[in-house]
Amino acid sequence: MKFAGIDVGSRTIALVILNENDDMSYTVTDTGHQPLNRCMELLDGKIFNRLIATGYGRHIAHAEFADDIITEIKAFALGAKALHPSCRTILDIGGQDTKVISVDTGGRVKDFEMNDRCAAGTGKFLEIMAKALSYGVKEMGESALGAPKSVKINSMCTVFAESEVTSLIAKGEERENIALGIHQSICERTASMLNRVGIVKDVVFAGGVAKNVCMQELLKRKLGVELIIPKEPQIVGAFGAALYAKQG
Amino acid sequence: MADYCKMWESLGINLEAHDQLLGSIPPVYQQIFLDQENRPQAMSYFDMVVMEIHGLRIQELQKHKAKGGTVVGSFCVYVPEEIVLAAGGLNVGLCAGAEIGFDEAEKILPRNLCPLIKSAFGFKMSRVCPYFESCNLIVGENTCDGKKKAWEIMNEEVVPVYTMDIPQVKSEKGKELWLDEVKKFKNKMEEISGKEIEADKLNKSIKLVNGKRKALQRLSNLRKNKPSPVSGRDALLIEEIAFYDDNPRFIEKVNVLCDELEERIRKNESAKKAASSPRVMISGCPMVVPNWKLPFIVESSGASLVCEESCTGQRYFEDLVVEDNGSVGAQLEAIADRYLKIDCSCFTPNQERIDNIVRLAKEFEIDGVIYHVLQFCDPYAVEYRRVEKALEKEGIPVLRIETDYGQEDSGQIKTRVEAFVEMIS
Repeated sequence: MKFAGIDVGSRTIALVILNENDDMSYTVTDTGHQPLNRCMELLDGKIFNRLIATGYGRHIAHAEFADDIITEIKAFALGAKALHPSCRTILDIGGQDTKVISVDTGGRVKDFEMNDRCAAGTGKFLEIMAKALSYGVKEMGESALGAPKSVKINSMCTVFAESEVTSLIAKGEERENIALGIHQSICERTASMLNRVGIVKDVVFAGGVAKNVCMQELLKRKLGVELIIPKEPQIVGAFGAALYAKQG
Repeated sequence: MADYCKMWESLGINLEAHDQLLGSIPPVYQQIFLDQENRPQAMSYFDMVVMEIHGLRIQELQKHKAKGGTVVGSFCVYVPEEIVLAAGGLNVGLCAGAEIGFDEAEKILPRNLCPLIKSAFGFKMSRVCPYFESCNLIVGENTCDGKKKAWEIMNEEVVPVYTMDIPQVKSEKGKELWLDEVKKFKNKMEEISGKEIEADKLNKSIKLVNGKRKALQRLSNLRKNKPSPVSGRDALLIEEIAFYDDNPRFIEKVNVLCDELEERIRKNESAKKAASSPRVMISGCPMVVPNWKLPFIVESSGASLVCEESCTGQRYFEDLVVEDNGSVGAQLEAIADRYLKIDCSCFTPNQERIDNIVRLAKEFEIDGVIYHVLQFCDPYAVEYRRVEKALEKEGIPVLRIETDYGQEDSGQIKTRVEAFVEMIS
């Protein structure tokens, strides 16, 4: 018996496979411009008893190969709860969405918040800012964490923020200070989203941005709670979908 | 479809742009409406009305004008249709729900303005709305800040606008102001139509518009059945068509539909799937033709839309005007009373609306409310907080969706709505 969950995200696709003993294997790949082809490469002709799709590409996956779909919200709730049974709040910062999910003790979604059309404050935003500062994505987080001071970034719009960053560079501002400012502005925005839903411990921080050391540290300080970061923060949704597949 | 080109040309319509607009409706309409399974037969009339949206009804308006009648265009459920009708006029809603002529509108309006206002300007400025072009009088109203300021510009630069002042507070002073505005509007209608508004004519008009409200109330009440015998989109469509269709015919057709729906309920014919699907109410800003984005997403995510707490919904047809109230003056008072009950978020305080939302949620056995805000609509956006708190107290989940007429956020809205439906299922 084999069950699978596939999270077709805006930046990455994650596939999680579970067998009847709950042994897990996973793969993560870039989405690229042809997500369906990437899915096919990942699936590589494997046959599953049930395959559940989630993520922004779930509908196209359902039309082509998946047995059913669940939303990212439900998938992250299922996945985070299974990984950390004490989890009551989940923060996921992915490629183009930020989600805050509140679950009850049984793991049911009680409430959630998600950014709307604008991808400000998401992984995509960090990527573009890293590029503007000639950093790699990982490198920017590390550098920001060690910055002696922070420069305030006022714009949350990616385009405006990029020009703000450019003008700061032109003024001769050190790039790590700007990088710290960028992280702080995302942290403020994320914290207010978390506060709207309400922060109940334990808090799990998932999604690609959870790997960013500076975001981890700033959020921890701002919120005053420990954040549980899964070993593989990018596969929590796919894992939740695989669990849903297994539950049948 | 008959050839209406000559008529459109005589109205000064930009035929090329208009062709594009009309051509864009059928595929969308097919997907959203016609592809629904097990649709009531009586919906075919309303399908026809949409297919003929700029044809048959416009022709009727021209015939009416040729016989000396007037046509009044308005943007708000606050403009008393009874008075228009009593002066031998016809009232059409000019609110627009498509991103048409925004480039024109944005030359004279800020970009960060609600899409409803921009669309109204856009339709007029790009000359693609034969309703607009058929009007003898355009009536604006001081509801939100965006509208009252926009009417100044429309009046100066686009087309003359007669503006009704709406109080912000439903105090005795506010009521006096509003009654005075209703009287002024009666005088204005008499002036432009050249016809005196007499007591019996006004009473007949009151009865006719009440008849329309009663038909819509009947339809709305049928949706309280579990499952609802009609889809939310179909019901919304009818609520939208109410703003411009011929009243007696519309009333008849809505009642024919209701007869069919009652029969369905008796035979328990409604789609089984709907029985288990969660019941949703959309609350907030109006959804005007062809802005069917949100209801379509809601229903294709597995929920059943059973109530619209909006101007294209309950706010339009709740409460009747007292009939047979005697003199013209007394009837105008009855009209003013009824219209001042409308719980638009431009009022302060607006506890009625909060209470009404909770009442509707209970009456319709709502599992979850989707709060719809058109972008840059401050009154509804800010009032959300009070609605959210009241619903929370009742244990009714609510999801806030802020959007406009563009389609680029459909994917993200779909994710949120689907997750909401999972949560309330």
